[in-house]
Amino acid sequence: MANSYLQLNNLTKRFGDQFAIDDLTLGVERGTVLALLGPSGSGKTTTLRLLAGFEMPDNGEIVVDGTDVTSMSPAQRRFGMVFQHYALFPHLTVGKNVAFGLSDQTASQKQQRVVEVLAMVDLTGFADREVTELSGGQQQRVAVARALAPEPRVLLLDEPLSNLDPGLRERTRRELRLALEQTHVTTVFVTHEQEEAFALGDLVAVIHQGALEQVGTARELYERPVTRFVAGFVGRASVLSGTVVSLDRVRVSGEVEWPGECPDGLESGAPVSVVVRPEAFHFTNGDGVGGTVVERRYTGASAFFLVDANGETLEIEAPVTAAEVGDRVRVTATDTRVFPERL
Amino acid sequence: MTRTRSSGWLLALVLTWVVLYPIAIIALGSVRGDVGWTTHYLLAFVRDSHEWGALWNSIWISFASVAVSGAIGIPLAFVFERLEFPGRRILGALVALPAVLPPLVGVIAFLFLYGEGGFVGRVVAALLGTQQAPWRLQGWGAILLVHAYSMYVYFYLFARAGLAKVDSSMIEAAHALGHGARSTLVRVTLPLLRPQIGAAALLTFMTALGSFSAPYIFGGGFRVMTTQIVTSKVNLDVQMSVVETMALAAVAFIGLILFRRSQGTRSVAAVGKGTPPTARSIVQPAARWSAAAVGWTFALVLLLPHATLIVVSLVPVGTWTTQLVPPEYTLGNYQALAAEPERMRPLVNSIWMAGVATFGALAIALWAGRLVVQKRVSLRKSIETLTTLPWAVPGTVLAIALATTFSVKAPWVGRWVLVGTVLILPLAYMVRNIPIVSGSVLAGFRQLDQSLDEAAASLGANRWRTLWRVTIPLLRPAILAGGALAFATALGDFVTSIVLYTFDTRPISIEILSALREFDIGIAAAYGVVLMLISAVAMAVGTRR
Repeated sequence: MANSYLQLNNLTKRFGDQFAIDDLTLGVERGTVLALLGPSGSGKTTTLRLLAGFEMPDNGEIVVDGTDVTSMSPAQRRFGMVFQHYALFPHLTVGKNVAFGLSDQTASQKQQRVVEVLAMVDLTGFADREVTELSGGQQQRVAVARALAPEPRVLLLDEPLSNLDPGLRERTRRELRLALEQTHVTTVFVTHEQEEAFALGDLVAVIHQGALEQVGTARELYERPVTRFVAGFVGRASVLSGTVVSLDRVRVSGEVEWPGECPDGLESGAPVSVVVRPEAFHFTNGDGVGGTVVERRYTGASAFFLVDANGETLEIEAPVTAAEVGDRVRVTATDTRVFPERL
Repeated sequence: MTRTRSSGWLLALVLTWVVLYPIAIIALGSVRGDVGWTTHYLLAFVRDSHEWGALWNSIWISFASVAVSGAIGIPLAFVFERLEFPGRRILGALVALPAVLPPLVGVIAFLFLYGEGGFVGRVVAALLGTQQAPWRLQGWGAILLVHAYSMYVYFYLFARAGLAKVDSSMIEAAHALGHGARSTLVRVTLPLLRPQIGAAALLTFMTALGSFSAPYIFGGGFRVMTTQIVTSKVNLDVQMSVVETMALAAVAFIGLILFRRSQGTRSVAAVGKGTPPTARSIVQPAARWSAAAVGWTFALVLLLPHATLIVVSLVPVGTWTTQLVPPEYTLGNYQALAAEPERMRPLVNSIWMAGVATFGALAIALWAGRLVVQKRVSLRKSIETLTTLPWAVPGTVLAIALATTFSVKAPWVGRWVLVGTVLILPLAYMVRNIPIVSGSVLAGFRQLDQSLDEAAASLGANRWRTLWRVTIPLLRPAILAGGALAFATALGDFVTSIVLYTFDTRPISIEILSALREFDIGIAAAYGVVLMLISAVAMAVGTRR
């Protein structure tokens, strides 16, 4: 990993005595789009700002194409940045905004490049418009065009779609994906929405409490989460506490046993967290965890049921007619993920 | 609905009568003689090189005041908004202090401090072993010094407010696009501040153009239009004073248009939503402490005039002659102010006249706010323009216009003899206060949630109850802020007072002037201190949140 195109090595950043980023190491191959996914306050935006050079790390280094850029100013790094609120210059036209990063080029070169990138984001002919006249989606595309114009080595995007109406988001996401594919630019973007991370990112890095939890494709994260946090954060899941029975069985709720591959080194009886996807739960008449249905949410063919089982809440996907609110039910699981309890 | 409409017409009529009408009358007066239309007076003005000289002086000293004030105020705004250093908060507030000195008081404080017989003058003379200070506080240099001292505050406050709103990601975006600190400043930060800097430049230009105290006291042979007008008026050359007034009004109008244009037509309000304020950069220890040292030195220089005034006010009459510092300090001057009815009178006059003027202006502003913002009457644009207009009219111009209009009895054209009565000064103060109060109150109205009014109505409150229980309490910060500023301005007014006062209604500023003429500098300073304190208290009340 140590020789990726963009390499973050042991990056640490403290604000006061609070760790924002704690020893983060991560590599991004040339031309890859990497999503930094995490809940708010996880340190993903700090990571992006460290990459851009707006913050200085307390420790660690950032290497691009073999060059250490850690001590370089933002202006020297040649990274493009798209801000959450776009940060378009309101005193300049669309064209002048896009040309702002092209200061070392001649007027005709600038003009040509402006036309080129505006075409790339589908805003041909917008160069003389005022940015204040544009809609939110258009402003977002101008911000992308402005960042791409100087052919940055790395493109950084901070919550690129969060400022758009839900209806506009999907379309803009497709357009953004297209623009990134055209330019093959190495991209890092920050988001707290997994749908966005999965749709835009070739790879997703899940960040939690300033540390990297897991890097992988969407499918890897969903199917083979390596930490309890990833298992709970990516996709829907219920978490129960349990104990180890054997290498491939766990016990929950006192006496019920479910299949579950236990991590190495855990002895029988060790406390674990058992993470179960809604589709892996089933209502049963046989052995199972007892509880009461407290909520039923329709989603078309099936429904999500919330079952209160002695204080633990289970989310179950089942046919709409499987149960009613208030029913006493028993629940079993066919597939689980088991993680050692963090003490 | 007809009631609202007639209310709109009535307010427009009242404003026209006190604002536009007097100016129209002097405009006509400049081309009318005893026997009909004439260009005689205009030609007399045009042919007189003294008049041209004074007009030119007014113009260039105003531009110079803008340049010097901007050169001090804008960098200062950056220092206090962008750097963190010990004492930043308290210094940041101190730096705005010249604003609480009424113009005439500031001028006499400078006189006592930097004048030939002032503290600095005496110290320098003693150091050089000479009888007198090697300078005279006179001419354009002295005027520019006083203007810079009192007017850089506009640039400082406006630019600081602008900087606090600049989205930090704009600056970061410029850096990410390869621009260094200087390029970012020139190409991003300053253009973003253009509306604020333009507004400060306009305010400074207008204030400098209408400035009277500094040229009157320090001008010497250097004449400007405002002093020229008052001289003509005092010499009873009424026609000439009217033509001069029109010339000054014309320059003010051109200046207004010019500077308005310089503010730019583009909306530079931030695009997108939510703009976090800029994080303040922490500099290295050496830089931190030198910034602090510079800041404290600067604050000390700014506070010297205030301190001087207080010290001089404690000096008994006739005791300070050739000594370096006054030999004796007592409270005698303040006792004289309190004990002698004739000395107390100007204080009482100023307070009641400023109070009445402020309440009058507030009533008009509330009336205008209700009609313009809430009722959106068809005349709303005209009404709002009329409320801001007096601001673009130099005080001397307004005074001459009111003096001309209200010295004739012709009730059928809305003219009564008010000059020489107790009404004329409160009226003049009120007209000058209308823009100050309306600006604040109209902005307050615009922030009000319209549905609160409707909620009150749906709960059965009538118009007056809604106004009293809902609107006015919500507008309280705007009313207090505008009212306090207006009260302080009227209290310290010199420029309209000198044209319109009578002996019985003489305000503090006129009394300060006569005390100066009788060399009662201690009394003059004591008046100045009292004026400063009342203004400061008013401003403190007005800006309390």
